Amino acid sequence: MSQEIKSIDQVEEGLRQEHYIADRSLATSIFLSVKLKKPLFLEGEAGVGKTEVAKVLASMLKRKLIRLQCYEGLDVNTAVYEWNYSRQMLQIRLLEASGNIHQESTVQDIFGPEFLLKRPLLQAIDGTEDPAPVLLVDELDRADEEFEAFLLEILSDFQISIPEIGTIKAEEPPIVLITSNRTREIHDALKRRCLYYWIDYPSFEKEHQIILAKVPEAPQHLAGEVVAFVQELRREDLYKRPGVAETLDWVSALVALDQKTLTEEMIEDTLGALLKYQDDLEHTKGPVTQRILSQRAGVRP
Amino acid sequence: MEDQGHLLRNMILFARLLRDLGMNVTTTRIIDLVEAAKHVNIGYRKDFRDAVQTILVSRREHLALFHRVFDLFWQAGEKRGSFPELGLLLRRSHQIKEQPALQTHAEDHHLQQVSASDPREAAKIRTYSAQEVLRQKDFAELTPAEREEVKRLMQDMTWEVEQHRTRRTIQGSRGAYLDMRRTLRHNLRQGGEPLLLRWRRRKHRRRPLVVICDISGSMEPYSRLLLQFIFVINSRLQKMEAFVFGTRLMRITRHLKERDVDQALSQVTGAIQDWAGGTRIGEALKNFNYDWARRVLSQGAIVLIISDGWDRGNIQLLEKEMARLQRSCRRLIWLNPLLGSPRYEPLTRGIRTALPYIDDFLPVHNLTSLEQLGKLLERLGEHRPLRRQMRMRFSEVA
Repeated sequence: MSQEIKSIDQVEEGLRQEHYIADRSLATSIFLSVKLKKPLFLEGEAGVGKTEVAKVLASMLKRKLIRLQCYEGLDVNTAVYEWNYSRQMLQIRLLEASGNIHQESTVQDIFGPEFLLKRPLLQAIDGTEDPAPVLLVDELDRADEEFEAFLLEILSDFQISIPEIGTIKAEEPPIVLITSNRTREIHDALKRRCLYYWIDYPSFEKEHQIILAKVPEAPQHLAGEVVAFVQELRREDLYKRPGVAETLDWVSALVALDQKTLTEEMIEDTLGALLKYQDDLEHTKGPVTQRILSQRAGVRP
Repeated sequence: MEDQGHLLRNMILFARLLRDLGMNVTTTRIIDLVEAAKHVNIGYRKDFRDAVQTILVSRREHLALFHRVFDLFWQAGEKRGSFPELGLLLRRSHQIKEQPALQTHAEDHHLQQVSASDPREAAKIRTYSAQEVLRQKDFAELTPAEREEVKRLMQDMTWEVEQHRTRRTIQGSRGAYLDMRRTLRHNLRQGGEPLLLRWRRRKHRRRPLVVICDISGSMEPYSRLLLQFIFVINSRLQKMEAFVFGTRLMRITRHLKERDVDQALSQVTGAIQDWAGGTRIGEALKNFNYDWARRVLSQGAIVLIISDGWDRGNIQLLEKEMARLQRSCRRLIWLNPLLGSPRYEPLTRGIRTALPYIDDFLPVHNLTSLEQLGKLLERLGEHRPLRRQMRMRFSEVA
């Protein structure tokens, strides 16, 4: 066995060591999710670090991360398993050539485990990983209801049945994280099986720490200015408010351009790293930028 | 520290309280909560609260309420005091359910009077030819008795929305994709030579429908029947979202889930605060675009806006938000009750601004127009409506 989780403090410390700066309440949710063996359902705006939680958790617990990216039409063949058809056909040819093709045994032969291609969900429960892996079901809101129903079935008892082989059940269930951007409501039946956590935009201090942890080459002064600007910008009436991921992109851009401090001109040139809608860019350029800059100048000389 | 039995009782009480306030708290969750209490140091209040939260709350909308109730409950428990404010919260959440729709009742009352004074009038309109007249009659000109009849006829209408191809594939006798698994299985009987091919085809599904209905003063003669209409389509279609607006937007999808028409309508009317007030279409649409569009327009939705276009809000905003709304939905249909009149011309500022961004502009003033709408929704066709890139007339001046 590798890392065993014993307390909330330990999770908190572990996240910190992995440079993931989070509220203690998130550590509590993760801790309980592991203890109660229930999936953790993470919701929040795009770019607040939902997916990152799974990566960090896997590396912290020294477990393998298995990721399933969702999209419309995601089906059993890509999510659970698929037969390796070309190998199966070859095998049939081989059997034919050697002249011992008998129907029953052929079927058993070519639908055996060695012709099975394991997809993420099967990999997560088939017990080849010890300890059990961390399973990330990413952006579940992008999948359709059919897949949701299917996932529900797997999450309820961590077993999958393959008609030709039988039922595969996880001896030790994986740690499951599900993320959603809330582009649609996830069905209550699925949520009921999970613990829920809403990741909000970070506070000034948190975001500042995140930048210093993730972009260590950024000058402290610049990092402070950037966070103050972004925090203020999130209060503006925008179609899509910038997430932490965008803040990080922006800081990296400014560092690459050798900036030591924020100027209006530089902001306008690089705002595309932060805002991705034409309306939002228009809204922010000019007076709004000047206002935010001057406000900040007033507060922190 | 409290002893175990006491704590257990309090946790169950607390969970029930949340359930009464409308949160989705199941018995399984309560069991989880008890289990979790073993792992978390409940002496440390914040951890305890976070733990309870992650288990019992599953919607972001409930977080604020949860925090308030949590503080009140566990504080009250410590002080052994009473829960005046909790009682208030509870009463408020029940009120929403119980509040009768005043105006609906008034109407019923009026109807009873009519039928009592002249029973023949009520009987008369049930004949066939009367129904035909009724189909053509403008909603605004109906007598209370006719109004009831129209409601009944609405109930009998069927609603279908055109289907679209999804990315999911299912077995088919023919189709675009080879079903390798079935092909291989099937041909093993012939010794493995893939002679007979098996196929998969795209699955079809109904498009979701989103209705945004104007209930401001100028729509007054129509709004109640239109709400009824929205209720009926909602009960026929699984995927539908409904919003109403006057000066601000409100989602009524959940209120419509009631089985009974009158109950649903009284819930809606109880919850709406700006009946028959002013109209700010631009603001309402912006609200929709910012807060809801991403959540309800994801799967090729069809949007119905029901409004007469009398707008007292910001016209630049209206144009901008119409443009955005059209870009983010499959088809944008505007239903206007005034369009039923032959003399009507779309001259109001609001309608003239919105018109370039509308795919279909249709009347909605009598039963016949509803039937026409029904036909349109059934066959919208595979292709997107033709839309032209255009310069905004108002927004660019700034």
